[in-house]
Amino acid sequence: MDAMTNFMPAAPEIFLLVMTCVILITDSLLKNSGRMVTYMLVQLTLMICALITVGTHVNGVTYIFHGMFVDDLMSDVLKLLTYLAVSMMLVYSRLYLTVRGLFSGEFMVLTLFATLGMMVMISANNFLTLYLGLELLSLSLYAMVALQRDSAAATEAAMKYFILGALASGLLLYGMSMLYGATGSLGLEAVSHAIQSGHANKTLIVFGLVFVVSGLAFKLGAVPFHMWVPDVYHGAPTAMTMLIGSAPKLATFAFVARILVEGLQPLVQHWSGMLVILAIGSMALGNITAIAQTNLKRMFAYSTIAHMGFLLLGFISGSMEGYGSSMFYAVVYALMSLGAFGMIMLLSRAGFEADTLDDFKGLNQRSPWLAFMMLLLMFSMAGVPPTVGFYAKFSVLNAIVQSGYVWLAVAAVLFSLIGAFYYLRIVKLMYFDAPETHTQIVFEPDTALLISVNSLGVLLLGLLPGALMSVCAVSVRQSLLLH
Amino acid sequence: MFFELPVISVAIWLPIIFGILVLATGDDKNAPLARILAMVGAVLGFLVTIPLYTGFVRDTSDMQFVEMHGWISRFNIHYHLGVDGISVLFILLTSFFTPIVVLAGWKVIEKRVAQYMASFLIMSGIMIGVFSSLDAVLFYVFWEAMLIPMFLIIGVWGGANRVYAAVKFFLYTLLGSLLMLVALIYLYNKTGGSFEILDFHLVAIPMTAQILIFIAFFTAFAVKVPMFPVHTWLPDAHVEAPTGGSVILAAIMLKVGAYGFLRFSIPIVPDASHRLAGVMIALSLIAVVYIGLVALTQTDMKKLVAYSSISHMGFVTLGLFIFNEYGMEGALLQMISHGFVSGALFLCIGVLYDRMHSRNIADYGGVVKTMPVFAAFFMLFAMANVGLPGTSGFVGEFMVILGTVKSNFWYAFAAASTLIFGAAYTLWMYKRVIFGTVANAHVAELTDLTLREKVIFTVLAFTVLGMGLYPLPLSEILHVSVNDLLVHAARSKLP
Repeated sequence: MDAMTNFMPAAPEIFLLVMTCVILITDSLLKNSGRMVTYMLVQLTLMICALITVGTHVNGVTYIFHGMFVDDLMSDVLKLLTYLAVSMMLVYSRLYLTVRGLFSGEFMVLTLFATLGMMVMISANNFLTLYLGLELLSLSLYAMVALQRDSAAATEAAMKYFILGALASGLLLYGMSMLYGATGSLGLEAVSHAIQSGHANKTLIVFGLVFVVSGLAFKLGAVPFHMWVPDVYHGAPTAMTMLIGSAPKLATFAFVARILVEGLQPLVQHWSGMLVILAIGSMALGNITAIAQTNLKRMFAYSTIAHMGFLLLGFISGSMEGYGSSMFYAVVYALMSLGAFGMIMLLSRAGFEADTLDDFKGLNQRSPWLAFMMLLLMFSMAGVPPTVGFYAKFSVLNAIVQSGYVWLAVAAVLFSLIGAFYYLRIVKLMYFDAPETHTQIVFEPDTALLISVNSLGVLLLGLLPGALMSVCAVSVRQSLLLH
Repeated sequence: MFFELPVISVAIWLPIIFGILVLATGDDKNAPLARILAMVGAVLGFLVTIPLYTGFVRDTSDMQFVEMHGWISRFNIHYHLGVDGISVLFILLTSFFTPIVVLAGWKVIEKRVAQYMASFLIMSGIMIGVFSSLDAVLFYVFWEAMLIPMFLIIGVWGGANRVYAAVKFFLYTLLGSLLMLVALIYLYNKTGGSFEILDFHLVAIPMTAQILIFIAFFTAFAVKVPMFPVHTWLPDAHVEAPTGGSVILAAIMLKVGAYGFLRFSIPIVPDASHRLAGVMIALSLIAVVYIGLVALTQTDMKKLVAYSSISHMGFVTLGLFIFNEYGMEGALLQMISHGFVSGALFLCIGVLYDRMHSRNIADYGGVVKTMPVFAAFFMLFAMANVGLPGTSGFVGEFMVILGTVKSNFWYAFAAASTLIFGAAYTLWMYKRVIFGTVANAHVAELTDLTLREKVIFTVLAFTVLGMGLYPLPLSEILHVSVNDLLVHAARSKLP
């Protein structure tokens, strides 16, 4: 079949785009009270996307649009998890946004556009498509952060996010242009071949690589390109923070894997050196600075920085084992992050954000079940078995030890020890301290069910992590082709 | 003798399941139900471990009651359980103490009863898991999981400074464990992809790596034992923990560290163990002598017994690292005995604390006038702590000293000083608390032991005396495994 006429591998993206337009129009015809219809339509769209993704799955790697777009096991798995994360985000944030008057059509349409951006990032196989997906995601997120017009903090966060994000995109684009100049191609495979052949200008390539890695580090939020993370996480409405902190991490993993592994694997000794610095810096600064935070969202922002440092360790190992462990880490992190921000939204109510540490004081007395769920999430983030966070750290550590970086593993565990302190502090507040307020916690039954499933999932995956680990390992091995 | 039931799995999961059931009884309205359910779970948990003793084959050092199932195939990790002569005793010790702890907290704990009881039941299952895991990752999972209930026990039901103690306890132990994790992953790659502890015992490792691995294990295990420079969390944790927490901490958690040395450090890196034995012996002797002196100056009863525990555990590590049969067997007997004795002493202090709400020695005096039965029991356990012949404390200490004399007289000389210091701090405390004139009106109003307390103490008293007079049933179980371990330890593993 002609590569141009086969649209099937991109069917989920096409469907999502069509549905986004349909929802955009439908929503404008609905009254405020009909917002649930939009919401149900969005959930339905995501569900059908999942069915299409499963239905159109074929074994092996398929390239379409002249190699600009790729469909493989890794992209399918990551897309499915992205739908799940976005759908969970919508459930968690429904009540939260409604009481703040943000539960609008724009919010849902922007969410879908962001999802589309992530899907393109996951399946891109060309510098142009990669950039296209990234921008679609970023622009949607900028707008979403700014959605709360009358909040000064949200506007400031959106501004910072936009300016620094644009700068990062500029760096990335600049690096890509240099690679294009040196290799004469934008396709990842062709770039890889050109570098391997040795004809390309080595200095220019490495120079371009520095810019590309800086751009990626910006998007990941790795030190020293992390400055936007705390402000955006803090300033944005929690629902938006949750979206930024969960599903895009999966897409960013795919993004980094496509560029560094599929495109620039021949330069592995160059980029892994850079990543070592980024990873150590992120783990150190993220974990140490998080201790000083009193705002929970800010604390989780620094904890994200630290987690991204850990995720980069898997890439540093330079082995399939390592990339698989990074993917597992990204998936686990997204799951934990959803739960943690979900809990903040659950405890929030009209005109009140439960986003400071003190708001969690004595939660065990107010609601033992919710406290226990949060305990599981926190121990998972700290990497204490029997929760899944431990296996995420475990598989990454295993990969880097295998590649001979024992010292890096020791450094990583020492920083996670520091990290354990602030997660532990939340458990301490919930269980050991007396509550400051006895206000009834109001939540919808579906949210309560979801947070239970989410947290118990963290425990259950910790007891039986084998399947998810294997899925990640196999999909990376089958999908990331070393040219 | 074979059992259809997977005995070890039942011993691990039965208390955990009962723990979850107890948790499900909810808030304190259902406290009586939670107590009864917890007691049933604890007693059943003890009964199911009895076949481990009766069915144990004494003349082999192989693992028994082995269970092996695939768990995480990607890393070749198995759910692999089994016991040898060393671990079986610790499992029995653990399951024996769970009903006692539940009973000890019966009346005293009034807030969040279900959570309290559940923590101990879950804790018990996890600790049995630690002692019976033959897969390093499984071991690590149990090892770390232990921290969570213990953290809550200290932090929720502890005394005034409980939060500080709980966090200190958690971070200290986590530091060691994380370094151990790196060592385990290194060994996994060294063996070519196996997390079996028994495979770790066979793999050849160069000297530098052995020393680094030893240090990693040392940080993990020494913190738990606890050995001299890293012992400071223990007095804090003990003082702030509720009575039950102290009992579990002293009787079982401390043994986990020493067990780690036996199962990991010595057989996996024997050359490094021999090379660094001098350091270990020095640290042990510092613990025995210096901590013994520290105990002498304590004004808080719980702190005193906590320091006495560190001093006694110094004996254990000394026995392990002089590498002879007397030393090692003595160390093991000392561990078991210390489990009973220190557990009993903490229960005694708990009895006083429940009545007076003070652990301060100076607040007491003349307790014998109002609590004669209690004074008698306390006397017995204090004597066992001193190591009086005829009590369980004597056997282990005597054997360790005997073993130490064989390797170096001056080591033994220093170690034997504990017989004097131990007697000094224990009996001096006993004298100040029990004898003398009745110190104040509160002491005059004390009531003697209740039936519940009498039951607990009678059981413990029989065990302590039984072990002291007739230790054979224990040592015959240990014997073959200890000899095998010594053979392992003597074999060089340098490539």
